[in-house]
Amino acid sequence: MKIELKINGETRTADVEPRKTLLDALRDDFRLTGTNTGCEHGVCGACTVLIDGNPVRSCLMFAVQADGYEITTIEGVAPAPGELSVLQDAFCETHGMQCGYCTPGMVLSAQNLLQRTLEPTRDEILEAISGNICRCTGYGQIVEAIELAAERLRQSNAPRSAHEVTK
Amino acid sequence: MSTVPGSFRFVSSNRRVREDRRFVAGQGRYVADIAVEGALHVALVPSQYPAAKILSIDTAAALAMPGVHYVLTGEELAAATDPLMNGLDTPNVRRYPLAVGQTRYAGEWVAAVVADTRAQAEDALEKVRVGYEPLPYLTDPEEALDPNSPPVHPEHGSNILLDRTFVWGEVDKHFAESPRHLSYRVTWGRNSTVPIETFGVVVAWDPWEEVLDVWASIQMPKYPDQIARALRVPANNVRVHQDVDVGGSYGVKRGIKHTVLCSYLARKLGRPVRLIEDRLENMRAGDAHGPDRLFDVEIAFNDDGIIKSMRMRALDNAGAYAGRAPFQLGKPIGAIVGPYKIESVQYRAQSVTTNKAAQEAVRGFGQAPTNYAIETALDRVAQATGLDRLEVRRRNFIRKEEFPYLIPSGTHYDSGDYHTVADKVCKHIDYEGLIAERDRLRASGMLAGIGIAACLEPSGGNSSFEPLLNEANKTTTWMDSCRINVDGLGFVSVAIHTTSSGQGHETLVSTVIGEILEINPDIIRVVRPDSLSSLPSNTPVGSRMAIMLGGAAFHAAQKLKAKLCTIAAKQFGVGVDDVTYSTGGVTDNKSGKRLEWAELVNIAHRNYHLMPEGMEPGLETTHVMQVPTGDKLPENGRVQMYPCHSFEFHMLLVAIDPVLGKPEIKRYVIGHDCGTVINPHIVKGMTLGGIAHGLGAALYEEFVYDGQGHLTTQSLMDYLLPSSHEVPNVEIVHHCTPSPFTVFGQKGSGESGYLGSPAAMSGAINDAVRDLNISFVKLPIRISAISDQIAAAQSLKEKQA
Amino acid sequence: MKPAPFEYVRPETLAEACELLAGDEDARVIAGGQTLVPMLAMRLARPTVLVDILRMPGLSGIRAEDDAVVVGATTRQAIALEDPVIAKSAPLLARALPWVGHPPTRNRGTVGGSIANADPSAEIPLIAVTLGAEIVLTTPDGETAMSAEEFFIGPMLTSIGPGEIVSAIRFPIWKQKRVGTGFHEISARRSDFAFVSAAAQVALDDDGNCLDITLGIGGVADCATRFDLSHLIGQRLDRAKIADAVTAATADLEAASDLHASAEYRRRVAATFGVRAIEDAIADAGQQAGDKSQ
Repeated sequence: MKIELKINGETRTADVEPRKTLLDALRDDFRLTGTNTGCEHGVCGACTVLIDGNPVRSCLMFAVQADGYEITTIEGVAPAPGELSVLQDAFCETHGMQCGYCTPGMVLSAQNLLQRTLEPTRDEILEAISGNICRCTGYGQIVEAIELAAERLRQSNAPRSAHEVTK
Repeated sequence: MSTVPGSFRFVSSNRRVREDRRFVAGQGRYVADIAVEGALHVALVPSQYPAAKILSIDTAAALAMPGVHYVLTGEELAAATDPLMNGLDTPNVRRYPLAVGQTRYAGEWVAAVVADTRAQAEDALEKVRVGYEPLPYLTDPEEALDPNSPPVHPEHGSNILLDRTFVWGEVDKHFAESPRHLSYRVTWGRNSTVPIETFGVVVAWDPWEEVLDVWASIQMPKYPDQIARALRVPANNVRVHQDVDVGGSYGVKRGIKHTVLCSYLARKLGRPVRLIEDRLENMRAGDAHGPDRLFDVEIAFNDDGIIKSMRMRALDNAGAYAGRAPFQLGKPIGAIVGPYKIESVQYRAQSVTTNKAAQEAVRGFGQAPTNYAIETALDRVAQATGLDRLEVRRRNFIRKEEFPYLIPSGTHYDSGDYHTVADKVCKHIDYEGLIAERDRLRASGMLAGIGIAACLEPSGGNSSFEPLLNEANKTTTWMDSCRINVDGLGFVSVAIHTTSSGQGHETLVSTVIGEILEINPDIIRVVRPDSLSSLPSNTPVGSRMAIMLGGAAFHAAQKLKAKLCTIAAKQFGVGVDDVTYSTGGVTDNKSGKRLEWAELVNIAHRNYHLMPEGMEPGLETTHVMQVPTGDKLPENGRVQMYPCHSFEFHMLLVAIDPVLGKPEIKRYVIGHDCGTVINPHIVKGMTLGGIAHGLGAALYEEFVYDGQGHLTTQSLMDYLLPSSHEVPNVEIVHHCTPSPFTVFGQKGSGESGYLGSPAAMSGAINDAVRDLNISFVKLPIRISAISDQIAAAQSLKEKQA
Repeated sequence: MKPAPFEYVRPETLAEACELLAGDEDARVIAGGQTLVPMLAMRLARPTVLVDILRMPGLSGIRAEDDAVVVGATTRQAIALEDPVIAKSAPLLARALPWVGHPPTRNRGTVGGSIANADPSAEIPLIAVTLGAEIVLTTPDGETAMSAEEFFIGPMLTSIGPGEIVSAIRFPIWKQKRVGTGFHEISARRSDFAFVSAAAQVALDDDGNCLDITLGIGGVADCATRFDLSHLIGQRLDRAKIADAVTAATADLEAASDLHASAEYRRRVAATFGVRAIEDAIADAGQQAGDKSQ
């Protein structure tokens, strides 16, 4: 089936089998390999993308279902090549990762949280990332990264980047 | 050689981890991201039986499916390859990537289907018709000891892979002399590290160059050698690309069988081949399982709680093939008494085959289960003597002035200050206050318990357990390497020779070299060349890279510094001892004249006429480093295992609703001493992640086989990985006892947290239920089991009342 | 782990969808897909056709009618969780929704999908049974409805017929002034399907006497189970009365053992949670002094 998807602000087309998940289409057809494959049954969250700004597991959605939405992958988060968003920078500051495999999904889940509130409680942070399994960090430095990003965003009187305020 | 902590420029400071930039942007380069033009996809036909003769494999219907190129069987592959390496001297326990003639566990790969897409390969594998004749099977390790049990490898003659008893010291005498004894059994359930990335490999064969290109999510010593041996090709035909990011490993990313299989197919079909395990393949047959072990322990002690001697029997269920499992009984010999002054030990290590998936190396290489067994002893001795569990540990700890301390099994512990770390933790947590809080919770109707665990992380991994358990193996060399090149414009590039799976090796190496050369680490480029361009390495196993890669980088940088000094001294017309290197330049001590970095680089690259006699032009240095202390073969069953020993001290409080049975962690503090810390962020992450991983082992994670020999926890819906909700906020208390054996006094931390948190959690739960006269002796401790045992104990109490 | 091949259609109308389903018994509805897609990936389900109703006009949305909160089948769980109508008029549902999956699955998963999937451990079916909700089905012959208790007949089994689609769920509104709710759930990990869950809703008069009460238990039997506690109506409830009633009611609850929890565990926790949920509901109702009819 022919599909036309809006990914990171660009319209992309492909011809896929109905059974192809959005995850596989992103990786194979659009070569957006920042979205990672972990379990393919909706548990680990490595394949998290934003659909209209909300985190969703791209392995639990078929590409043919994804037209008409604003799809954001990790490749759409950095404001410019080589330049990190405040949240991405905070993950680097606290070392909120090790192997990096869960990181794209984790960053996207956290980005959604910080779009909803810049004063998240610890419990809200834990809930927001509870669908993203990390095997390396035990989550401590990830929580610190999100707290740090929230603090920096609260203190900045500059508007957040265009990507961060969509939706 | 050790430097005083606190005197560093970059080491031990909270510098960012340079690898993180690419990861947060989704620019990590994992094996599944490697696009090789024309690659075919592999899917695997799993055995439906735990043990069965393969009578026939009919591939016709599968081959007729759309997109299918080939169906490979075990017979064909075995005829063209040699068996996979087997570290023990058990030549009749043969293992090939695909089952040959017989399957030995449910899920074992019986055939491989190759198609244009992974989906097509999966469609076709359903059409492969395998004729089976089911055979008797077993999953229980004690049954495997019975000579009449169904043999997993009939040619081997029994299910016993290893049965060695070591006696270190006067065990019988010490038992006879000790006024008190106790014994117990504890069981460590089969769990593993289960990285979020499964194992994957992409292989391409170039018949004109005769080079096999391999990209893999690998953490495996001697990987290229093993592939070459099995394929019967020259080792310099195998080119492993080490610039692949690995999405988590913690030991299990081994993948030899996957790689041999794909390499054969790539050569046979003349097309690149990729096998990216799906989660089911990974869980049931990805060689991703860890230790599966029961311990029978006897302790001889006195009324003061001093432990004199220990007899430990460890029976490990290796699964269907030898793999690395038996050696995971050997490594803990290097810390068999934990942080305690136990004078003598009898250790019986038994490894048996059963019809479960084969075990592979897992974080700690057997140390975490052993620590759990040892820590149980300390809690039991405390209970038997009526002493506080903390006090019993303090009384048995090796004292700081006793290092280097020789343990009965032949290893010298390098350094430590266990009492101080424990004191710091007790002070930080307010131990008296914690006890009061526990008692307050108890008074409110909850069950509450404090868990304590003290243990060691042997680090700087070598392979001393191999010659110890297999006399035919004389390996003592276990090196790692680093090469520094300063180019003609003065920029520094460093080559390291292994893959990374989140340990931050690029950060480690640039920090160390920046420290020695006194230049900004951020301007040092670190690359990971392919294996044909590499110096010898043994990959980040055995918690070794801070010590070994950090050490190699240190020495290479010192050599570079020496070279610069020699060049400068020649220009100054003085001896090399009369100049001083600082911040990239060299100064003549007497005249105060100075040559800067750019000038020295220029001489090295362009002014051969100014170079010291006999010095090679350019600015390149290399260091291949041997593990410190690894210079002797075992003698009389004793050996120096790893050189360094980090210490960790866990203390936590749990509350348990007696009906729900769910341990709720109220407080968790760990004291951690891994000597000099090179990058605090990395060590902290390892420790927190290790604790989370250990809590998984203690409470949630297990590969469970049912009565039919089938794995019932094949998906992440049943194999439960801790989420952010389950992992507590952990407070870390630091201490630094430098190691005398390493360049900065650093020790390993790659296994920290994991080695003690299962024991600590077990101790906390058992403290909570102690008054009910029940205990939990098998991990994982599931909430249902806690509640059920509490209910049974309470109803017994009511009946008795 | 790739699904077996299937066709994909996205009909414009419910009638068209019903027709597609009626014409092919191996066709299946997909909405949020959060349970179905894993089953497809593992090839435990192999439909010929997936009939996607997620974005069908008129099938999502939440509104309060006189006697019920009507939740359209394709209403996403995340939307329901934030919805003020549900918070006000179906407070028990509001209390349970945070326990449904994780944020990413709630963003895609639908209320109707959870009902149609009929997992005995799932929260939304439990609330439907506990409150005596009506499941509205669109059939080739028009619309029909049945009670939740009739609808759920076993684990992943419902009374839904060929060509029928769950189109809405009607959660009854309790109109008493003081209505309170209680909800408890336990699983090994916070976000997993429940080993046991309990939901209770209680209405009290101004003197604290029970005007109405309902209790449901999920995760234990083949379906979520509602217990008749009508004999408590009119009484002032204390712990002993509640415990007696719950113990009697749950005594015959059938339970199964699995790797993660024994049958005894499930029964024991069910009885305890039943009491706790009712106690919480009473306490909650006690705090509801306001007049809900305003």
